Parts: sequence; C-alpha cells; structure tokens
Amino acid sequence: MSQANNGVQIEDLAPEHFHDQAKAALADPQLRQNFRGAMDYLTDKRKIAFSDPTEEKRIRDLSAAIRQRSLSKLPDLLEQLETNCTNNGIQVHWAETTEQANSIIAGIAGQHNAKNIIKGKSMVSEEIELNHEMEKLGIECLESDMGEYIVQLDGDKPSHIIMPAIHKNKQEVSDTFEKHLDDFTPTVDVDELIKTGRTRLRKKFHDADIGLSGVNFAVAETGTLCLVENEGNGRMCTTVPNVHIAITGIEKVVEFLSDVPPLYSALTRSATGQAITTYFNMISSPRRAGELDGPEEVHLVLLDNGRTQAFADEEMRQTLQCIRCGACMNHCPVYTRIGGHAYGTTYPGPIGQIISPHMMGLDNTKDLVTASSLCGACGEVCPVNIPIPEMLQRLRQEAKNSPKNNRPAIKGQAAAASRIELLAMKGFAFAASHPSLYHLGSWSATKMRSLMPSKIGPWTQCRTAPKPAGKTLHQLIKARKQGQKS
Amino acid sequence: MRIYPAKPVKVYFYATCLVDLFDPQAGLDAITLLEQQGIEVIFIEKQTCCGQPAYSSGYDQEAKIIAQSQMDLFTENWPVIVLSGSCGGMMHYHYRRLFKDDQNQTQVDDFCERVFELTEFLVNVCRIKLKDQGENTSVVMHTSCAARREMNVHVTSTQLLSQLDNVKIREQDYESECCGFGGTFAVRHSDISQAMVEDKTRHLSETKASNFVSADWGCLLNINGSLEYQGNPMRGRHLASFLLERTGGK
Repeated sequence: MSQANNGVQIEDLAPEHFHDQAKAALADPQLRQNFRGAMDYLTDKRKIAFSDPTEEKRIRDLSAAIRQRSLSKLPDLLEQLETNCTNNGIQVHWAETTEQANSIIAGIAGQHNAKNIIKGKSMVSEEIELNHEMEKLGIECLESDMGEYIVQLDGDKPSHIIMPAIHKNKQEVSDTFEKHLDDFTPTVDVDELIKTGRTRLRKKFHDADIGLSGVNFAVAETGTLCLVENEGNGRMCTTVPNVHIAITGIEKVVEFLSDVPPLYSALTRSATGQAITTYFNMISSPRRAGELDGPEEVHLVLLDNGRTQAFADEEMRQTLQCIRCGACMNHCPVYTRIGGHAYGTTYPGPIGQIISPHMMGLDNTKDLVTASSLCGACGEVCPVNIPIPEMLQRLRQEAKNSPKNNRPAIKGQAAAASRIELLAMKGFAFAASHPSLYHLGSWSATKMRSLMPSKIGPWTQCRTAPKPAGKTLHQLIKARKQGQKS
Repeated sequence: MRIYPAKPVKVYFYATCLVDLFDPQAGLDAITLLEQQGIEVIFIEKQTCCGQPAYSSGYDQEAKIIAQSQMDLFTENWPVIVLSGSCGGMMHYHYRRLFKDDQNQTQVDDFCERVFELTEFLVNVCRIKLKDQGENTSVVMHTSCAARREMNVHVTSTQLLSQLDNVKIREQDYESECCGFGGTFAVRHSDISQAMVEDKTRHLSETKASNFVSADWGCLLNINGSLEYQGNPMRGRHLASFLLERTGGK
C-alpha cells in the first residue's frame, strides 16, 4: 500500500471521506502544481483542436445526437450487438454487478488455466477492481498502458480516466521506477522513461495467457468493438495472447458503424487535442482460418453496475451519453485543485460526480454532488453536451428528498435529508415569499450592522464577514420617490 | 442566440437580495443608467430574492414557492431587468426547469422570456452609446459563471467597458475560472472554495488594474471578503456604479 495526498492511504480512498481527502490534496503543493500544469496543458490542446467554434458546435451536436439516439434504443441495440457479436464468434456475457463481472472473467481464466492477464486501458476494470479480485485467485494482472503501469507499480490508483498517472511529474515517475525496477538509472528524460516501461512490458505481452481491454464504442450493426489508443499496447493486448476479454459498460453501444467516426473525432479532440490517435482498433471476431495473428477466443463482458438506474430516468439518462474523454475534469476548477484521488471513486471529476451515485448510491456519494460551484465549465466543454450542472442539481434534490410518485427511486435516495436544514429552507422560502417578513429581516440587518459577528462559520475561514449597508435599496428607493414628490 | 425586443417605454427592475442588502447604491446607479436611456423604471417593493439558494441546495419545492411569489409580482408585459447574471440565469433559465412539469408552464415561459441581465439589456435592447468623461485608468473585470455560461453576458459587460475611451481593460489569468462562491458551496466545501477564491484574488491583483468591477454581487461578496481578509486594498464594485461614474452620471 502506498500513500497519496499527504498520508491518506490509497486503499482507504472512498467518496464518504471526500472532505478529508480534498483537504489533504489541497495541502499538497506539489500535487496542486502537477494538476494545474497538466490541466492547463490539456485545456490548451483542446482549445487548439477546436479552434473553429462552428466546427466544434457541429461535432458536439452530431455526437450528442448519435449518443442520444443510441441510448433511446439501448435495450434493442444491446440485443442486436449480442446477436452480431455471437455470429462473428465473439462470446457475449452479461454482468449486472461488479461481482458477476469478476466471476465471469475468473471463469474464463479458469477454463484456460490462466495465471496472468495483460491489460490494456479499461476504466471498467478499475470499476470492478479486477486486479485485486484476480490477485485473490492467484491470477496476476499487469497494466500495459504507461500511465496505468506507473500507477500499478506504486500500488496507486488512477487519478484521471485518460491519463491515470497525471498526478505525478517526471521526477516522481523516475522515483517510482527507481524504487520498483532493477537496473534503472534515474532520469527526467521523458523519452527515456517511456522506453524503460516499453522494454519491460514487451516480453509480458508474449507470455500472457489472456489479454484484457476496455471498449470505446461497441457497434450493434456489425458486432464490432472499437478501441482508441496511442501506445500500441491495446493492439498487443488484443492480438498477442490467445484469449482476449473486452469489458465495457452497457452504455457504450452505438447503432451504426457510421456513428463511430464523429464520436471518435469528438473523443480525441476533447481528451488530448488530437485529430486522431496513433491507433484505432476494430475487433470483429477471433482469429479466422488463414489469419496470422489474433486471439483464438474473444469474449465481451457487458456490465450494468447501476447504469440501468440512470437509464430508467429520462433526464439522468443523459449521464450515459459520456464517451469518457475527461474534458470535464480538465476544465473543472474543483478537480484541478484536488485531483482525482480525492473523490474516492473510479470516475473522478464532474462526470464521476454524476455517474458514481448510480454505481455506489447517494448515501455514499452525497458529498460529491455538492462539491461543485455549478460554474458550468464541465457542461461547456462536454463533447456530447451532457448538462452536467443540471444533473448535479437533480442529484442534490434527490439526496435531500424522498422519491416523487412519477419517478423511480435512486439508490441512497434522501441520504442527505436534514430536518434542521429543511426547516431553515422552509423558513427562508416563507420569508422570501412574504415581503413584509423579508423587509423586516433586511431592515434589522441594516440596523444591527455594527453588531454583525466577525466570525460566521466556514465563510470567515478565509474572508471577512460581509457588512450590510446602512440602508437597503428598498429604503433608498422609498426615500428617492418621496424626494421626487416633494 | 436570443432575439431582442425593441426598446420599451417601461421596465421592471430586479435588484437581487444581495444588492438590496450590501450595495444599494449599485441598484440606484443601474436605475439611473436605464432612466438615462429614456426608460421608466418600475421597482416593485414586494420583490425579495430569486430563490437560488434553495434551488442550488436541492430544495426545489421551497425554490418554487419563492419563484412563484416573485413571478406573481411582475404582471405587466414589460422586461424584467436583473442586476446579476447569476440571478438572471436563475430567473431566465432555471425557473423553466423548476416548473417543467407544471400546468402553468406557459406563464412561466412568458416570464422567463422577459428576464434580461442589465448589461445585455443596455447593449442589445437599448443599444447604449457611452461617452467616457473620466481620466485615463485601467480596469479588470470578473464575470460570474452564470453570466458567462448561462446568460452569455460576459460579452456585453466587456462591450460596455470597451466603449469607454479612457479605460484600458486588463485581462487576468484564468479569466473564465470560477471564483469559488457557488452559494452554499463556499461553506459546504470551504477548503476548496478557499483555494479557488485565493487564486482568483491573486490573478486579479496581478493585473495591477486601478479598478476591479463585476456585474454580480455574489462573486463580489466572495472576492472582496477574501481581499479584505488578506489585507489586500483592492476592492471590486458593481459595473453599474463604475459605468455611471465614468459617464458623469454622479
């Protein structure tokens, strides 16, 4: 177990400890500097990639429309995907929970007596804590994405969905390698660091029993799994070992093959500012007769884990439009300051704040839904137009209130309900809708301005207490009118 | 893009509770600016607060009670000029969401369509032409996130400032970044909010501008409070007051 964020133990990271984790991150100047630098770099890159606002709008509207159309037919498309994948020779498995997903993967590994898995990038495998679960069964999982590899060496967790090791600078990566790799000469030369990782991983691809990957788009029309990557490790994972297991959330399905290019463009531009990535893999079957490479078996695991809850509510269904580009994180002023670990969830930042309640329940994530100033930067950059601030607003409401008749209940519904706060809000609503009471309140505040306390809770931890004016605008206008009359 | 009406004879003025309590002069200055445009300004005394604190905290029922009570006050078909992008966003945009499944949806939509933030109204409806009468000076502006992303009125604020010949606009680093207020966010997540407001004050200070203005009192409450706490003499004031002063209105 290693440490991150000033002493918070990695394995203890949980959304319930958000306040402490955020506080620890804020107190770590190196971490804050790493995140600010990395986020600035990524936001600048995205800005250049979308330098034409008309083009940006066109791509976003098109991508959003494709995702909405796919989601509107989700159950049918999933069945079509299963049929076409099966016809192509891909074995399809359904997992409602993370436990089921792990047991399916363990089952496949068991059939092949597999002892080691080499992994391409997959956030869903983080979601089900695959490495940890497989380790319990004596199966070693090795991360082959450079960022994931660094994070794994450290016993750490990803702090970003696209760039898992973004919380570390090159010196820290060198330190990690020095600590865990034999014969490594410390260096801050990035090319040299990457070369080190690549060399160490090369042989592992060859020896692995199973290659595991995520999926960026699953095409229902053709039964094709699309994988977007830059390092080539994804291609190695899905072609070299004899068995390939792909795991994905059920929302990643799209209707047509022609839906993919616009989404791909939106994804790469939003994530890293690239027009296209170095690799784009389309996997439509296991190795066919006469083919020189490719796995003998391909499996697809489709995971629910709370996604149908989001799907059931038409408004919150928009959450599932996400194509996991990470742009919302890169532009979020909260994420930029506290980093990904502080959230204590697989998916951090704004998208994590709205998807995690469906996965983990509002009872566990109630602090996350309030951890936003609702500044709207996330919604402004989302390449598929998810109204993230509205989703946060909605979840805040569900965290405070019991389910309404016309809406399905959410896991952990009303977990943040507070009698005292409700009474205060009722009082506020009563005063604000009864002008005489409101005027009495504001008049009293002006009269007692010199008696205002200098400390008012957390507000004054970094600010002075606000001082009411000597007279309210209501009073001044009254006086002004009288003046005009006389 | 919003389609703007022709300049009306009368408008309602919505001061917001923060201006009412903390900077009433900004309210009077905004009224004067509108009156200078030949518009009669009606101030409904029964107005209170737009209900945003309840709404953003997840208390939709309470927010609706407040929203309904406010909408009921503005019965004539005149524009409602709001002195804050954030409250403007609440009344122009979020009221629609709040009453989405209600029977009086049309009434709500009609009201929301009549809501304008001060600067967008001055620029797009009044087509105001400002004549700067002050000495050479510099200004840095902070626009609220709602003004920027919900109302798109950061543009009109800048357009107003750039009409002032003797005022040089200075841009701060991370201009579009939130100041960390976010209503109850500032107290629910005080540590994160602190990090945000301290960065914002640093970026504003680094411009060394002689004036700091904003069209949102929520942000000003936050940023000014932090500046004062740090012993930094810079203070923000409402854009309306600055504009009136520059054009010789006071």
